[in-house]
Amino acid sequence: MKKQKLVMIGNGMAGCRTLEELLKLAPDLYDITVFGAEPHGNYNRILLSPVLAGEMTLPEIMLNDLDWYRDNDITLHAGKMVTKIDRIKRKVIAADGTEADYDRLLIATGSTPFIPPIPGADLPGVLAYRDIGDTEAMIAASSQYKHAVVIGAGLLGLEAANGLMLRGMSVTVVHLADWIMERQLDKPAADMLQASLEAKGMNFLLAKQTEALIRGESGRVSAVRLKDGMEIPADLVVVAAGIRPNFAVAESAGIYCGTGRVRGIHVSDTLQTVTDPRVYAVGECVAHRGIAYGLVAPLFEQGKVCANHLANFGIGRYEGSVTSTKLKVTGIDVFSAGDFSGGADTEEIVLHDKQGGVYKRIVIKNNRIVGSVLYGDTADGTWYFQLMKDQQDIHEIRDHLMFGQNHLGDAGHKGENKAASMADTAEVCGCNGVCKGTIVKAIKENGLFTVDEVKKHTKAASSCGSCTGLVEQILASTVGGAYQAVSAHDKAVCGCTELSHGAVRRAIREHKLLNIPDTMETLSWKTPNGCATCRPALNYYLISTWPHEAKDDPQSRFINERAHANIQKDGTYSVVPQMLGGVTTAAELRRIADVADKYAVPTVKVTGGQRIDLLGIKKEDLPNVWKDLGMPSGHAYGKSIRTVKTCVGAEHCRFGTQRSMSMGIDLERMLFGMWSPHKVKLAVSGCPRNCAEAGIKDVGVIGVDSGWELYVAGNGGIKTEVAQFLCKVTTREEVMEYSGAFLQLYREEGYYLERTVHYVERVGLEYVKKHVLDDADKRKALFERLLFALQDAKDPWAERYAKDAAPVLRQQFETLEA
Amino acid sequence: MTTTLSPSHVSSAAVDAGWKTICALEDIPVLGSRVVKSRAGDIAIFRNAEDEVFAMHDKCPHKGGPLSQGIVHGRQVTCPLHSWKIQLDSGEAVAPDVGCTRPFAVKVVDGHVLLQVSA
Repeated sequence: MKKQKLVMIGNGMAGCRTLEELLKLAPDLYDITVFGAEPHGNYNRILLSPVLAGEMTLPEIMLNDLDWYRDNDITLHAGKMVTKIDRIKRKVIAADGTEADYDRLLIATGSTPFIPPIPGADLPGVLAYRDIGDTEAMIAASSQYKHAVVIGAGLLGLEAANGLMLRGMSVTVVHLADWIMERQLDKPAADMLQASLEAKGMNFLLAKQTEALIRGESGRVSAVRLKDGMEIPADLVVVAAGIRPNFAVAESAGIYCGTGRVRGIHVSDTLQTVTDPRVYAVGECVAHRGIAYGLVAPLFEQGKVCANHLANFGIGRYEGSVTSTKLKVTGIDVFSAGDFSGGADTEEIVLHDKQGGVYKRIVIKNNRIVGSVLYGDTADGTWYFQLMKDQQDIHEIRDHLMFGQNHLGDAGHKGENKAASMADTAEVCGCNGVCKGTIVKAIKENGLFTVDEVKKHTKAASSCGSCTGLVEQILASTVGGAYQAVSAHDKAVCGCTELSHGAVRRAIREHKLLNIPDTMETLSWKTPNGCATCRPALNYYLISTWPHEAKDDPQSRFINERAHANIQKDGTYSVVPQMLGGVTTAAELRRIADVADKYAVPTVKVTGGQRIDLLGIKKEDLPNVWKDLGMPSGHAYGKSIRTVKTCVGAEHCRFGTQRSMSMGIDLERMLFGMWSPHKVKLAVSGCPRNCAEAGIKDVGVIGVDSGWELYVAGNGGIKTEVAQFLCKVTTREEVMEYSGAFLQLYREEGYYLERTVHYVERVGLEYVKKHVLDDADKRKALFERLLFALQDAKDPWAERYAKDAAPVLRQQFETLEA
Repeated sequence: MTTTLSPSHVSSAAVDAGWKTICALEDIPVLGSRVVKSRAGDIAIFRNAEDEVFAMHDKCPHKGGPLSQGIVHGRQVTCPLHSWKIQLDSGEAVAPDVGCTRPFAVKVVDGHVLLQVSA
């Protein structure tokens, strides 16, 4: 079959990202031709500022060099501007006469700088700041001339001013509004930024309008005259008064580009122009649902959806983006989101440390965040933004909202929590020994934009994940405005699908999907049978949503859950028998000792969960070891109930107020065989001395004289999180019902590999209380669903060592001979 | 290094020298594996969803993890220790990881899995 022809007009970041996504999906579908007005490959426009400032060089900011086009058989016409689209003959024509036919056309012409109609704007020495050419002209001017004026104190204007200042020019910034970056910052934050720039030597003239640019004797611009009559000397004027979508070539071809305020190539949710379905458009030239985006993250989202349709996959819609602004302005981090102007019906929480250079303002309306501005320390911007998007009720966390979420683990990075202050040689990832410099280098050299890409290339944050927060910070500050954090909320499960965990869970429930192949078919999975990330997630969602109906697929479980033992680094396994509540008997201990002797077990260890671990067992020996132990599986290997740790309690302890051992045993017995999104650990203490350390468990139960206190969503691992008080109950039955209902809620709604602490953080404790405390019917229904799911739970070990065990259960423990 | 990797479903009943019958195709679970003890060390044989069969040294090029215990998807297996992805047909690690484990020739004849083990 003859290949179809795809032509792209514009060779910038959004367009090339679309091509990259397309080549991933359908590498051989099209003959691709690209026209770019600039004589280069695709480069990272956001990094022009470091180039201007002399911190980076042009080769360093190339995203796709000329080799990339060659390697992918893309015809590149660099330096040829398309001036005409003939939609009838389906071809595009460039200024120099070059023509290209298309079956499908992608317009990605980006934006052009807006030059206000000021007399003298066409003089030599007057520039916009948009591309490599402008940057080179500024660098050239800086070596020759002294005085620069920048008109406009938005991000680009300030970056230009800073770069020119670093190159030795004396710079004055003229701005129309009362404070700088008024779209992104409120006045206090803007004042701090201005003060820090003034301290470096930058001059500001605010609330001033430019009247004319004056021509000097040489014919070059020589001064800027303001409306109030003031004149400032200027050998170089940079106009940074905003950008406008560049849709001229599209509009002249009769493609609808709007009128009035909403201008831009009008596209549908599939990124097809509303005028001509053969013509697609992405990037800054586009108006989608009345919005033209200027940040990279939404443009990449558009590119992804567009590529999907170009590849004839036909799924995925771009439904618009809620954006936040996270920028690095001349080395200072600023963040803003939502409506931060405030008003009569809003409240504010403000932290303002002028000397320390930190300002944080959160605007709240009806217990929900509606806007936020951060200056100097933006690490929590992502969190505030997520809370805002989710409309989460924040009154429970109001008292510590300002101090941030800090998604960092507690160990492995010497307590560092701010990437900016770390040296290049400082270790970020303590699991894989990756330091900051390595990460920064990988981000720049490989053009990485997401945490997942950084994980893949550097291995940082790819093991325990405790340093993910730091890696995110490094990424955000290295790629600047191109970075937008993807929350677990909408993040795709893995590369096999566009769908998020939440969407997959919903679909499995709504369509009553009962096995993995049907699920993948219904949800148009991109790979034939998924991958090691999505299959275990799907398997869990199926069996937890449809207990006793959905088919459990052992091949979609991680080896530990398939072999019912923990794989060790040398390929042997460890065996942890169940020991309810950490209580054992002489007979059990004797059997464990006998097994250790018989199989020459190299290591016998007491676990953190009050059990005994036999390490170094060969896989072939597992069934016999289990049989000889004569104890059920402790599920120490699963995303499942692990243990219920107990203290001695009122049974023996002179301080004990409640019988914690038997409570723990009852709970652990009830939860036997419970699979969950991640591991689940419980503890029961018999008095508030809390010797069982119930405060860092998924469910912690603490006996008091008058009953039991229940705590949920604690965590003792990567990040120590103290469990939150849920409620106090009186009877043992209530302990079972309330904890069971909470765990079932988590089982039904948690995302795979999301611990209870993160689940509760995502939905809010208020939400949990609403389901588990406030509504007795809901609670009882949850509890019943849990008990139903756990009905007839079998000991997986006994099933496998049984004499009449089916071959499929035994097979994996038997080796073959060659 | 062995490079001939015959596709499965070879209908010819001719059994060349060096080929050894290991088990029935049905003895390997779909999207699963079995371990074969041989003079050359442990060999993992995999079966994917298309009933293609692959064999390679049961050692991940990264830290020697037993690939037989990994999750099989498409024509790849993900190592159970540190999630490297290994290409089943070549034994090569999937980029950006770099490394290779030794593949062995394997084929299916009349529903039987045959492996070529050179000493």
